[in-house]
Amino acid sequence: MNAGDTAWVLISSALVMVMTPGLAFFYGGMVRKKNILSILMQCFIILCLVSVQWVLYGYSLSFAPGRGFWGGFGWWGLNGVGLEPYADYAGTIPHQVFMIFQAMFAIITPALIIGAFAERMKFSAFLVIIILWVTFVYDPVCHWVWGIGGWLKNLGALDFAGGTVVHINAGTAALVTALVIGKRKNLDKNIPTPHNMPFVALGTALLWFGWFGFNAGSALAANGLAANAFVVTNTAAAAAGLSWAIIEWLRNGKPTIFGVCSGAVAGLVAITPAAGFVNVISAIIIGLLVSVFCFIAVTVIKPRLGYDDSLDAFGVHCIGGIWGALATGLFASKAVNAAGGNGLFFGNPKQLLVQLTAVGATLVYSLVVTLIIYKVVDALIGVRVTEKEEAMGLDLTQHHEKAYTVLE
Amino acid sequence: MKLIIAIIQPDKLEDVKEELYKAEVNLLTASEVLGHGRQKGVAEIYRGAKETGNLLRKIRLEIAVNENYVEPTIKAIIKGAKTGETGDGKIFVLELKECIRVRTEERGGVAIG
Repeated sequence: MNAGDTAWVLISSALVMVMTPGLAFFYGGMVRKKNILSILMQCFIILCLVSVQWVLYGYSLSFAPGRGFWGGFGWWGLNGVGLEPYADYAGTIPHQVFMIFQAMFAIITPALIIGAFAERMKFSAFLVIIILWVTFVYDPVCHWVWGIGGWLKNLGALDFAGGTVVHINAGTAALVTALVIGKRKNLDKNIPTPHNMPFVALGTALLWFGWFGFNAGSALAANGLAANAFVVTNTAAAAAGLSWAIIEWLRNGKPTIFGVCSGAVAGLVAITPAAGFVNVISAIIIGLLVSVFCFIAVTVIKPRLGYDDSLDAFGVHCIGGIWGALATGLFASKAVNAAGGNGLFFGNPKQLLVQLTAVGATLVYSLVVTLIIYKVVDALIGVRVTEKEEAMGLDLTQHHEKAYTVLE
Repeated sequence: MKLIIAIIQPDKLEDVKEELYKAEVNLLTASEVLGHGRQKGVAEIYRGAKETGNLLRKIRLEIAVNENYVEPTIKAIIKGAKTGETGDGKIFVLELKECIRVRTEERGGVAIG
């Protein structure tokens, strides 16, 4: 057991925790003011719901050793998950520290999907969908990639901090829900403008800050690898923010704060799987390019295909996540992390193939199971709010609260 | 000259604007207001304390028009704002005594359009 490692991973867990409220403000600023509380509520209730699910059985399904598909119920209620290290996951920190660090990932992943169906989902249906989704999508995919016995882990897929498990997984679910729930009402006439851009910037700041825990914490030790992850994370976010601003400047005439924030988050997404395997020059390339791909996804592909991914959960997280996973297969270098692997540009083309397998498997699995969950919940209790409720806003109709007063 | 004041649902603003432009009424002022008529407000609950009959968000439009534009304006507002349910709003038509364009100091009907 190592005191420095334990302290760092505990702090990282707290950093990742604050990303979910950060995401709430990032998304909350983008919706119309009649719906901001619904976004904050969805994020905070996920924090409550998944925290309990995780210690009861989520951690066990994800990380209990053995099977290829999921971990089973052996560690139910943290049975056997104690204060001594569990060497197969992290040899120098208490097992429960690893467990709570992973809990924060299980919390933010379903919260990312909120962006796709914002402003039109019934709160009751939302709760059911989320609990089913973390149980049947997040927990298995997490086990495949990170759990002992997981089939993608055994295949040698590299995912340092969750590009596949978190971002591709949630981004795919986002596309599915946006497609099946349908567009928001009157979208062609009322193009909804973000109601509070300062909140978007505040949310981005909290996400960027928390992401140091997400990526550098994934070293699971206070060591050089954590330092590498920290440096490339900051660099990629910065490069992507710059690149998005430049693209806007060239294409639309003016750079925007919304653009810089979107770019920074896209950069953070893309560097996530690569943070422990690539050097800083690769991080700049990964960051500069992710904004190009995501910009095309949200400004060209989305309007052309016509789905209403309200806050671009698919366009940023899935597209950025796929680029990050493939970039890991290109830029990974054993000079950075001997326990990792070499990518295509460092003489190992096979790694790119393994990365493609991981991306493909996650895409297909998340797509199919999310669709099944949605259809079942829709048949049982109905997922979408009525037209009248949508017009009045989810804050008043789902929660009997409003964020802003006009008088007083 | 008449001053037309209309209270409409917030999500009908774009529809009403579109109808007004079609009727060649291009000048309007919009503000956010609170109110309710027969449609009661929604109960809000804050830490268990229930506040009933709270006012609902509405949009208030103010449009100054010459006589020949009064009916087209009213029709356009109705066309854009009507759903047939309570809460669709009200239109008030008031006599307008004077209208002055600040830039040119013109007065009366010529200053409106």
